[in-house]
Amino acid sequence: MKLRKVAVVGAGITKFVRRAQETAKELSYHASKMALDSCNMPLEEIDCVVHGTAPDAFDGVHMKGEYLSEASGGWRKPFMRSYVGGGTGVFAPINGWYLIASGMYDTCVVVCEEKMSSCQPHPQSAFLTIFDHTTERPLGPNLLWIFALEMNRYMQVHKIPLEQIALVSVKNKHNAMDHPSAQLGAELTVEDVLNSEIMAWPVTRLMVSPTSDGAAAVVLASEEVAKKITDNPVWISGVGWNLDTAYWTNRDLYYPEYVEKAARMAYKMAGIKNPREEINVVEPYDPFAYKELHHLEGLLLADKGQAPRITAEGITARDGKMPSCPSGGLLGVGNPIAAAGMMKICELFWQLRGEAGKRQVKNSPRTGLAQAWGDLMQVGTVVIMQRGD
Amino acid sequence: MNQNVAIIGMGYTVPKPKTPEVSYKEMTYLAAQMAYKEAKISPQEVESFVSVAEDLHEGTSIFDEYTPDQLGAVQKPMHTVTGDGIQGIIAAALQIMTGAFDLIVVEGHSKASNIMTPTYVLNYALDPVINRPLNINPHYIAGLEMRAYMQDAGALEEDVANVVAHNLSRATLNKLAPHGAKTSAKKVLSSEPLFEPIRRLHMPQTSDAAYVVVLASEKTAKKKKVKPVWIAGMGFCSDSPTLETRDWATSVATQIAAEKAYQQAGIKNPASEIDVFEIDDSFGYKQLQHLEALKVCEKGKAKDIFVNGDKQKLNLRVNPSGGTLGVGWMHEATGLHKVLEVVQQLQGKKGRTQIKKAKVGLAQGWRGLPTTTCAVIILKNQMVTPTLTASRTLVGTASSRDTMA
Amino acid sequence: MLETGIRLQGTGLEEEDFKTRRVFYTTDIPKLQYAWDCGVAMGHYLKGLKQGKLLGTYCKKCKRTVIPPRVFCEICFRNMDKWIELKDTGTVNTFSICYVTWDMKKLTYPQIPAVIEIDGASKGKGILHLLAEVDPKQVKLGMKVKAVWKPRKERTGAITDIKYFKPIEK
Repeated sequence: MKLRKVAVVGAGITKFVRRAQETAKELSYHASKMALDSCNMPLEEIDCVVHGTAPDAFDGVHMKGEYLSEASGGWRKPFMRSYVGGGTGVFAPINGWYLIASGMYDTCVVVCEEKMSSCQPHPQSAFLTIFDHTTERPLGPNLLWIFALEMNRYMQVHKIPLEQIALVSVKNKHNAMDHPSAQLGAELTVEDVLNSEIMAWPVTRLMVSPTSDGAAAVVLASEEVAKKITDNPVWISGVGWNLDTAYWTNRDLYYPEYVEKAARMAYKMAGIKNPREEINVVEPYDPFAYKELHHLEGLLLADKGQAPRITAEGITARDGKMPSCPSGGLLGVGNPIAAAGMMKICELFWQLRGEAGKRQVKNSPRTGLAQAWGDLMQVGTVVIMQRGD
Repeated sequence: MNQNVAIIGMGYTVPKPKTPEVSYKEMTYLAAQMAYKEAKISPQEVESFVSVAEDLHEGTSIFDEYTPDQLGAVQKPMHTVTGDGIQGIIAAALQIMTGAFDLIVVEGHSKASNIMTPTYVLNYALDPVINRPLNINPHYIAGLEMRAYMQDAGALEEDVANVVAHNLSRATLNKLAPHGAKTSAKKVLSSEPLFEPIRRLHMPQTSDAAYVVVLASEKTAKKKKVKPVWIAGMGFCSDSPTLETRDWATSVATQIAAEKAYQQAGIKNPASEIDVFEIDDSFGYKQLQHLEALKVCEKGKAKDIFVNGDKQKLNLRVNPSGGTLGVGWMHEATGLHKVLEVVQQLQGKKGRTQIKKAKVGLAQGWRGLPTTTCAVIILKNQMVTPTLTASRTLVGTASSRDTMA
Repeated sequence: MLETGIRLQGTGLEEEDFKTRRVFYTTDIPKLQYAWDCGVAMGHYLKGLKQGKLLGTYCKKCKRTVIPPRVFCEICFRNMDKWIELKDTGTVNTFSICYVTWDMKKLTYPQIPAVIEIDGASKGKGILHLLAEVDPKQVKLGMKVKAVWKPRKERTGAITDIKYFKPIEK
């Protein structure tokens, strides 16, 4: 069945910082306003608003969606907030996509925001409550545990040396030096990364993305409206999302099957048969250095266990054949949980229109893929974007 | 695009004040089995799942993690909407309407009995800088709104008490309503004042239950050879979350949501074209406020139908279930129960509370304090293709804008 | 357009700004308490833990024995067929050596969280727990471990009735 075409026509983003002076509402507003202004869209012409934001525990407000609704532009409009943990940043545009593709609405502003710094003594502590209240929470688990457990499994099954994983931190933090939102852009060496403080072996501090405050937004429009707004709409050609079982200790963490399923769903919709040839630029979710590798494999852009090799060979560098995280990713730009995935969507929007400044990849990209991940090593969300023709 | 969407199965557990014998997963599993049996499907066939939940109602952050297993939704597209169950159904229906999906399942549940500090949880939804530090039991917000509504609509406390007594009495006839009581307006008015004008008997009580709804495209509904209930119109809307800048008297969100739903369903005169209404009646005054926002009655006239009876028998056709007051407040699942009641009415299953020959029903949900979010869905047992003009939604009426200025 | 030099909204603050009260802030300590109904599966599991046993459930259709137990098989979508008493030994599937607490304070002695595949359950079916009485450098994938239980009278019916798992002496 022929699907109604939906395009991204505008994008906006705030700085990503460890502690923002701006409130959650202000951050949402700035991102939303910048996105609307970027395509001269008055709020009256927005039919519905989608908001993506991760656990209420961070901002410290219950029913955070409603609380932020008017700040995102949702006053007296259909307003929907969905969440899939960290996958939310790439899921929110999917949510906006189906609101428009259904035929019920023509335009939508999708805003993702996170203000983690409100949570004291440290935002990490809120993650205690994501674990099962009966079988896991009594053990006092730390978010770092599940990443370290997964990273260890991935490394050991494929025998990947730590140096190859550290290369991702080096690449992404270097890329982030050119991103105006970046919280942790830096020029590092592999030694710097390996010698940084061990948080939860095998994870070291420079392999982890920071907790951040920030927001990002895009404006979506149906085909007829998009063509009136801009000569250069970026089409959402494929979407996919997939949630695995909550019983994560019953799964082999070395490979994210749910990312593969989400990717296949998106490739099918976009008519992509050979992703390694057809995806010109990719923004996989990189909250930890090894995650970019783990996800590149799940996205079928590298064979299992081979993502470290293509990174070492420079294929995923900004001037490589398949640039990965040209934005600088979560490692370099920052990780305000939901806004991070949206940052990737915004990046693809700018990259595909040739508007990414110093971060611009040189291979004249036509098709890009953004992926986010979340929950207990559980959810994959994928959006494929394509330059208009 | 796929404009015709139907409900082909609904499963549920009977609402009860406490459900210590099952965990939320087990309760949902029971509802899912019932729904899949009615729809004649197995979960392997389902293409997408939607759940409705809020972290702080569950006591777990990123609660969507814990939603798939008990639905058989492992490794499927699934997401959680922080919205009323009706918004969850709308999210699923919209996915089907894209044409990319044919069979979607929606889930919502309440374990309200497991929340030990519910007033603190509610307080947590208030603005942390300008409202929370006042340290008042946040139910005062309902008190403020009730007083503003009564003033604006010319209603008296007796009128609101009538609604409470009427609904609680109706609930005694509904097998699914645990909080029914034979009471009178006088008893309501002499119950303990809590957040005046809100009194003890105005307060909705909570219930635990689980609901699973199976939605299908026209093609799939016809293949399954079950009797579908068709979605004729949908709408949802959020007014201001900020206490200081909201319209206290009118449920503008219901107005806007209903306008969209009526437009799609081609309904011009709701009172005569809709046979049964299941709408939120929390605190009693909400039923009056919502009836007027739904344009079932003119401003100020809703109270009359519960005092003098009504030629159109609206006093019987509105909340025959006993409403939220009779069934229980169930957080995100509250709206799903209303959909269940409407579906059962359209299927002729309601026995003593059956509205005869019900063909068209409307379910309306409100997300509860301190929100102004509402959703409306219109269901029919005959298929009529909804009109999708995707026209700009009206942003309130001129008069409500003046109030804002 | 997102050029490198473009000015974006967002003002960073430092911890000092809060300590010196250069910025205004309010604080709120949430009181969020829940008493979750265990239900059938967790009820049995916790009772078993109190008795010093690890319990799993078995689905005869897909032939999986799983732990933590559930009353429904999430793959076949049918009731599990029976309860199985598993051993309290297992194999390390993966582990980490953690030097910070859940709120990022430094630990004097590192914690070793691990996923332990329990003997008697199907391959790959494990639980989250801690390892102790072992040199962190000696921990390996595939290591055989055994549960160390609290004394019977101290057990309350919780996952912490097992203090930790330790390597099985060869």
